[in-house]
Amino acid sequence: MSALQPSAALAIIATCWIFRDLLERDPVTHVLIQLPLLALAGAALASAVVPHHRQPASGWNAGGVPMLLLAIFTIAFWMLPRMIDAALIDDWVEFGKFITVPGLIGMPLVLGWRQAHPLLRGFLKAQAISMLGVMAFLYTHAPLRICNAYLVADQERLGLGFLAAAIALAIIWTVAVFTGQGQGSAIQNMQPTRP
Amino acid sequence: MRSFLLSAVIVVLGAIGLWQTTDGLRALTAESARRLEVATGKPALPALSLEDMAGRSLTLGRPGDKLTLAEFIYTSCPTICRAAGESMAMLRDRLAADGIGDRVRLLSVSFDPLQDDLEALADYGEWHGAAGEIWTVARPSLTDLDVMLASFGVQVIPDGFGGFEHNAALHMIDRDGHLIGIFDIDDIDGAVRAIEAKL
Repeated sequence: MSALQPSAALAIIATCWIFRDLLERDPVTHVLIQLPLLALAGAALASAVVPHHRQPASGWNAGGVPMLLLAIFTIAFWMLPRMIDAALIDDWVEFGKFITVPGLIGMPLVLGWRQAHPLLRGFLKAQAISMLGVMAFLYTHAPLRICNAYLVADQERLGLGFLAAAIALAIIWTVAVFTGQGQGSAIQNMQPTRP
Repeated sequence: MRSFLLSAVIVVLGAIGLWQTTDGLRALTAESARRLEVATGKPALPALSLEDMAGRSLTLGRPGDKLTLAEFIYTSCPTICRAAGESMAMLRDRLAADGIGDRVRLLSVSFDPLQDDLEALADYGEWHGAAGEIWTVARPSLTDLDVMLASFGVQVIPDGFGGFEHNAALHMIDRDGHLIGIFDIDDIDGAVRAIEAKL
């Protein structure tokens, strides 16, 4: 199972690369399919690089905060519209996207999340939903073109996509709260951090 | 403690990185980056040969020229070019009223020279009231089209309905043929101030 994960991750990255022209023609598939898939590939690689049981609870990544910060700053970087435009024009930026989204978003997100306190997890979930909501509003209401490479109508569809993502995450995470799913692992992960 | 130190390092490096990539938080979009680059770098334009709606040839980006404000259009444009045309007309009236109309050239340049023949340019000029004296409508030679768009940083994409979307803006070219400023299409006050400062 664990041997499958790295190859699956590399297969996802390769697929995103091969079909990049198709995926990047539309900002909705570029931002809401290609980028999340690349992050997912990085997340799948995380277990191969640092197995769950081998990850030290203390040290450089205690509490998961450094890795989560790394992921958040890289997300902020790729949220800049000019970076999306640049990836479409500049091959080096495009190449960098395929390295940094798996390596500096997906992977550290997993490495940080494992050790994050449940309070921090809840905070980040709320932040993710509200940020997607803000983006949804911005992209549906901006009086100008945010990306030079995409049409205003596409930009509005992307805004609706952000809204759909926000609603989906809100539902998934609310359901998890009521069914108690995911709670067990959070408590398990907490234990090693106890002094 | 070590994790706190690493967090601090990541925050500092992340903040520096974001500051650098956004030109000090001044440009989050490619369009604002283009305007900032023009305002600070003032790039020299290559000489671009155009043909105006009366069939006369003129050169853009040639030293010793008139101070020029150019916008990019295509004549069948139903939406933003119309607003842009009204802005150009208002700008023309302002310059004429200020008595500096003869020292400034306003240009609406088509980026679709295949479709926009001289007749289409003249119709567009007549429709918007561009008489040719202060404000004229022109198109580049086919060979200069790509160079023109690239040197201005204008990106044109088909909208799937036979039209185009493009960065609509006023581009100011000084008498030495340098691109020195880009203004919003409705920022007439800003454009007039910049013109008067340059005359």
